[in-house]
Amino acid sequence: MSWSRKLLRVDLARGTCTSEALNMDWAREYLGQRGLATKYLSEEIDPQVDPLSPDNELIFATGPLTGTTAGTAGRYSVITKGALTGAIACSNSGGLFGAELKKAGWDMVIFQGRAPKPVYLLLRDDKAELLPADALWGRTVWETERRIRKQHGDPHMKIASIGGAGEQQVLYASVINDEYRAAGRSGVGAVMGSKQLKAVAVKGTGKVPVRDAAKFREVTAATRKLLEENPVTSEALPTYGTNVLMNIINESGGLPTRNATDVQFEGASKISGEAMRDMVREDGQTNLVHREPCFSCTIGCGRVSRILRTHFSVKDRPEYWGDSGGLEYESAWALGAATGVEDLEALTFCNFLCNEHGMDTITFGSTVGAAMELFQVGALSEAQVGYPLRFGDAHALVRITEETAKGIGFGKEMGLGSRRLCERYGHPDLSMTVKGQEFPAYDGRALQGMGLEYATSNRGACHVRGYTVSSEILGVPEKTDPLVHEGKAGLVKAFQDMTAVVDSAGLCLFSTFAWGLPEISIQLEADSEGDFSVDNLSRIGERIWNLEREFNLAAGLTGKDDTLPKRLLKEAARTGPAKGHVSRLDVMLPEYYELRGWSPTGVPGTETLERLGVKTLYPTAA
Amino acid sequence: MRIKLKLFAMLTERLPPGSVDHTTELEVPEGATARQVVERLHIPPELASLALVDGVHLTRRQFAERTLHEGETLAIFPPIAGGSRPAPALLP
Repeated sequence: MSWSRKLLRVDLARGTCTSEALNMDWAREYLGQRGLATKYLSEEIDPQVDPLSPDNELIFATGPLTGTTAGTAGRYSVITKGALTGAIACSNSGGLFGAELKKAGWDMVIFQGRAPKPVYLLLRDDKAELLPADALWGRTVWETERRIRKQHGDPHMKIASIGGAGEQQVLYASVINDEYRAAGRSGVGAVMGSKQLKAVAVKGTGKVPVRDAAKFREVTAATRKLLEENPVTSEALPTYGTNVLMNIINESGGLPTRNATDVQFEGASKISGEAMRDMVREDGQTNLVHREPCFSCTIGCGRVSRILRTHFSVKDRPEYWGDSGGLEYESAWALGAATGVEDLEALTFCNFLCNEHGMDTITFGSTVGAAMELFQVGALSEAQVGYPLRFGDAHALVRITEETAKGIGFGKEMGLGSRRLCERYGHPDLSMTVKGQEFPAYDGRALQGMGLEYATSNRGACHVRGYTVSSEILGVPEKTDPLVHEGKAGLVKAFQDMTAVVDSAGLCLFSTFAWGLPEISIQLEADSEGDFSVDNLSRIGERIWNLEREFNLAAGLTGKDDTLPKRLLKEAARTGPAKGHVSRLDVMLPEYYELRGWSPTGVPGTETLERLGVKTLYPTAA
Repeated sequence: MRIKLKLFAMLTERLPPGSVDHTTELEVPEGATARQVVERLHIPPELASLALVDGVHLTRRQFAERTLHEGETLAIFPPIAGGSRPAPALLP
């Protein structure tokens, strides 16, 4: 029942909004959100389309649990062909927007074509209209949210929008909702910008119905209790946020530092979750002001921070003295360790700017790290950048962030992402990317499973497609040795398939610190009609993974794209427990293909696709 | 002998005043194990969810049995992750 059973199709070229019945056969096979929207996308566009052309589609999608009272059920995703990668893109976000979209009665919104002039979509429950956005175009995310709410006299309207980065089609532009929640990766904001779609504003007043209300209350109470009893979801994440990982990953020797030339950062503790919460500044305050949960979440890992007013980045700019979204672990890593900058206030300011202008912190920070190494090796000069761009220089970091956000100076080139930037300056190997997307805050030499995960992730290098850190470092559900490559192929596959289910159900990945598929299964069974047994959910996860793979192959990617930056394969880690280690992708990848039922070149076999009921998109499948 | 001790997250408050970067130096008896060091600081061993010596993770058995050596760094993390309840469907 808790699918709304309808989607909104928006033809931007014609300016029309049409309600359509949801394909329930597909919903049963692909669940919702990530899986179901990928199914629609793969049926409706040519995978070889230019991501920034009108022929690409952009889908905002919720899952069957989104907007219900299940714990962490506030997620939505933006699905498209990625501007940064040319691969399938699915960027997932929390906050309040996703639940509002569902309460307005929509499972998903599909945007087609390109608007002749800037527009935004206004949804008031089932009433949908496209409105002119000329007065919003050129405005930041924060201004856009304020203006739309004021325009409609509704301070509680939920809004997802792009800033200047998306408008200028910075290839890693994000879609930002609720001021600082991001559908961050793969350039979904650039696709939105290419369509001249500035924002989606939603007011939803309905309730999300469930199949068996009494049973649903019972099982969600039980599963919420698990979140409340688990030390991670009840204490560590609420207290320190995701940035509690900074010290442990650094101690484990897996923190890519200065564009992954090192695996440990001497400044890690200064930019950690502990520092945000506990380090008292000269104004007697801490960086962290309070925590902020997403819709229906008891964990509340979100951070709200305030920058020290006397800090160089904001001392003459009172507009940044207020509270806004604080650093997540990946952002603190990208803006900090990857660039060698240990100034927590500077990182917080750059994080504010990325949210305000709509840029993915991971790709942006990693691109700064790559540019700093280009500068260090002499491939980029001070004359070209306009100033010295040295590792560890907080002033240079702040300056280049502002230039990139505003599309001025050397910032214009930074908008390309590290792969294109490093190619342009003659050092493609200095880009820490897979399939064009920068890898995040775990080094594949020190965490062998994460190396394989980056190489095989369908949306390009990513930690949240199969978070083996959970096992390799944190011991959930079972501790495995991060330096050992044996057994990691199976671990990666299991995490990838399970995560596809979590992302398609409307839940937050962090729930899996306390829940496995059995807990998700009982909630879905009380919520919706269909077979949500653990066995079937496992099959759904694997089906989604294979469909995404088919899309990528049809888009022109091959098994040769399942690789890692040369640095991780050839240059051994220099310190810590991983000293002397490189990624053993050469051993893990063939085993992974075999476990997936794919050919030695990474093409899903006919038997595999038939078993899962996935339509072949790639004509030469074995 | 002297070792370095690092305490993180919720254990940070147990560090002596003046500790820098979560680290303090500690005099411990020769042959002390990681568990004995933790107990000496009145930290319940179950709160030492993850223990690393010079970055290498200790198993629960190594935590109880491995002796520390002069100059080594013992890092202790409380349960910042480490499911109290396993997720059986996660593993193949």
